[in-house]
Amino acid sequence: MTEVALPAPEPGESSPPEGAATLGGRSAGDIVYRTLTTAFAVAIPVLLGFITFEVVAAAWPALRVFGFGFLTSSVWDPVRNQFGAAPMIYGTIVSSILALVLAAPLALGVAIFLSEFCPRWLRRPLAFFVDLLAAIPSVVYGLWGIFFLLPLLREKVMPFLATTLGLGSTPFFSGPAYGNSMLAAAVILAIMILPYISAVAREVLMAVPRSQREAALAMGATKWEMIRDAVVPYARTGILGGVILGLGRALGETMAVTMLIGNRHEISASLFAPGYTLASVIANEFAEATTVLHTAALMACGAVLLVVTLVVNAIARWLVWSVGREPRS
Amino acid sequence: MRLLAIALTTITVLGTACGGGDTGAGDTATSSAGVDLTGAGATFPQPIYNKWFHDYAAATGVQINYQSIGSGGGIRQFSEGTVDFGASDGPMSDEEMTRTRHGAALHFPTVLGAVVMTYNLATVAQPLRLTGEVIGDIYMKKITKWNDSRIAALNPSVPLPNTDIIVVHRSDGSGTTYVFTDYLSSASPAWAQSAGGPGRGKEVNWPVGLGGQGNEGVSGQVKQTPGSIGYVELAYAKQNRLPTAHIQNKAGEFVEPTIASITAASEGVIAALPPDTDYRVSIVNGPGAGTYPISSFTWLLVYKTPPDAAKAKKLVDFMRWMYTTGQQSAAALDYAPLPAALAQRLTERLSTIALTTTP
Repeated sequence: MTEVALPAPEPGESSPPEGAATLGGRSAGDIVYRTLTTAFAVAIPVLLGFITFEVVAAAWPALRVFGFGFLTSSVWDPVRNQFGAAPMIYGTIVSSILALVLAAPLALGVAIFLSEFCPRWLRRPLAFFVDLLAAIPSVVYGLWGIFFLLPLLREKVMPFLATTLGLGSTPFFSGPAYGNSMLAAAVILAIMILPYISAVAREVLMAVPRSQREAALAMGATKWEMIRDAVVPYARTGILGGVILGLGRALGETMAVTMLIGNRHEISASLFAPGYTLASVIANEFAEATTVLHTAALMACGAVLLVVTLVVNAIARWLVWSVGREPRS
Repeated sequence: MRLLAIALTTITVLGTACGGGDTGAGDTATSSAGVDLTGAGATFPQPIYNKWFHDYAAATGVQINYQSIGSGGGIRQFSEGTVDFGASDGPMSDEEMTRTRHGAALHFPTVLGAVVMTYNLATVAQPLRLTGEVIGDIYMKKITKWNDSRIAALNPSVPLPNTDIIVVHRSDGSGTTYVFTDYLSSASPAWAQSAGGPGRGKEVNWPVGLGGQGNEGVSGQVKQTPGSIGYVELAYAKQNRLPTAHIQNKAGEFVEPTIASITAASEGVIAALPPDTDYRVSIVNGPGAGTYPISSFTWLLVYKTPPDAAKAKKLVDFMRWMYTTGQQSAAALDYAPLPAALAQRLTERLSTIALTTTP
């Protein structure tokens, strides 16, 4: 009923697009097409609203019992029906931020090379391969992580960081090196979000007007100075949008992280220690959760994740929108 | 619109109230035309169930569709009445039994499975010997080194390294974890929930350890990490040739997990059951010689008065086949068959399922 009612006020309320006007009035096809596309467009926010409503409604029993404590407690005991999501919230945010710290400079480097230095014939294949990273299924990353990344971290990287660099005395690199750890999750996430950031950054860099570069060169800047002072600052908002898009992706990534993070309900300062993420706990426990409170607690994890992801994505949209709106100077 | 809805509801109510016999007959007519049974639940017995359903379809033409979505999902779908039967590695709780849509639920054991301890110790050639108490203390961080005196006492003349024990457990909710923690609750005094320990469940609050996803996650972790210990299903351990520990049973023997020692584990328990048992019984740490202590049933869940008589008859026919012909194919897939006497008792119990639709 509501879907039918919605498009009805449309024709009176807005003027037709200019293209339609020059064609001389509206045909029935135009109206049908317009109605259909409007319905599709409206369906997305409605769907989002429904999902949010359903998740919160399903999470309600847990939110009512645990209240704000759900966000601060570290106890997750399905046997005694005690649930707190603090380690997962911490793990989700830390693994994603860490992944960004690793991936963003690398992705920016890739993008700058592709847009500024790369020979034309190499640009397309190279960009294609970087983008291809985004097409690898998450579970394949996870398997690669188990069979390659974990042994590498356990036998080479972790001893190097702790002993050779002497970082083992700091709380961030202390403890035994199992392999499965926050660090492993961050590294796999970094690889997974790299193509997203670099693709956006590359497009934004290539959109920087030629005049911008020529002006810098005319002032006597070297190529490095031109990129640093003229090109990157010009594209900075767009690059930031790409980075935040990558962050949104990292926050929700489930499978590969679940396979590598060690799945431990504990907040530890050490990156060598196992952790947990919101998405992982849902993937791990939902199929076998039978009590009302356990299911509700998992849905509450989903609600928290939804809120975090929505906020991050809204920021990304806003940044991308504001860069597109800027007048060309 | 509202009027129409009221009219429809009235018709439906009237139909169910006085037309019970009619709808039953109608269903029979449609289902004999090849409407198959659907079931959902446990992933652990999926290989043997798939073989059974395939063999049964070949023999009788009755198609059974099974979705291995996990025991929790199986119980949920069964309770909501969206599948004809459920399957679970852990029995339904009393609370869950009260939330079923079509009344009383019956548990029917189908085969037996076991959980084995696997480990990564390069210096140890012969199978490690462990007791429930020692395993419990390892999983509670009370024993942290392989050369701990209590492990050494069980394994004299075994060169145990002076290294940390890296504990691995399942991170996903699973029947395997249920059986393992059920065993520890019975065999390790400190593990029981009443003693303040983690207790039993498909997921518990692990005091120590890394979480691996699935049997492959746990075994992958154990294979790669020297000094680690983990638990997996017997079938998985056998097919992947993992080293498995011999576990001390109630009679004091150290028993290797085999098809025979697992079937034996159920015999002692079954002999002691009252005639009207609902079969929601745990067989971990059971009495008797030669029994492997970390063993368990896996169950099919069926309604006592199924809503659809025709489907119920097909299901009962299948289960009768399962308790005779079906049991013979279990061992080939590394599942332990039920003891013959138990299969006989369960076949008789099938007659308690109401095959005529009575409201």
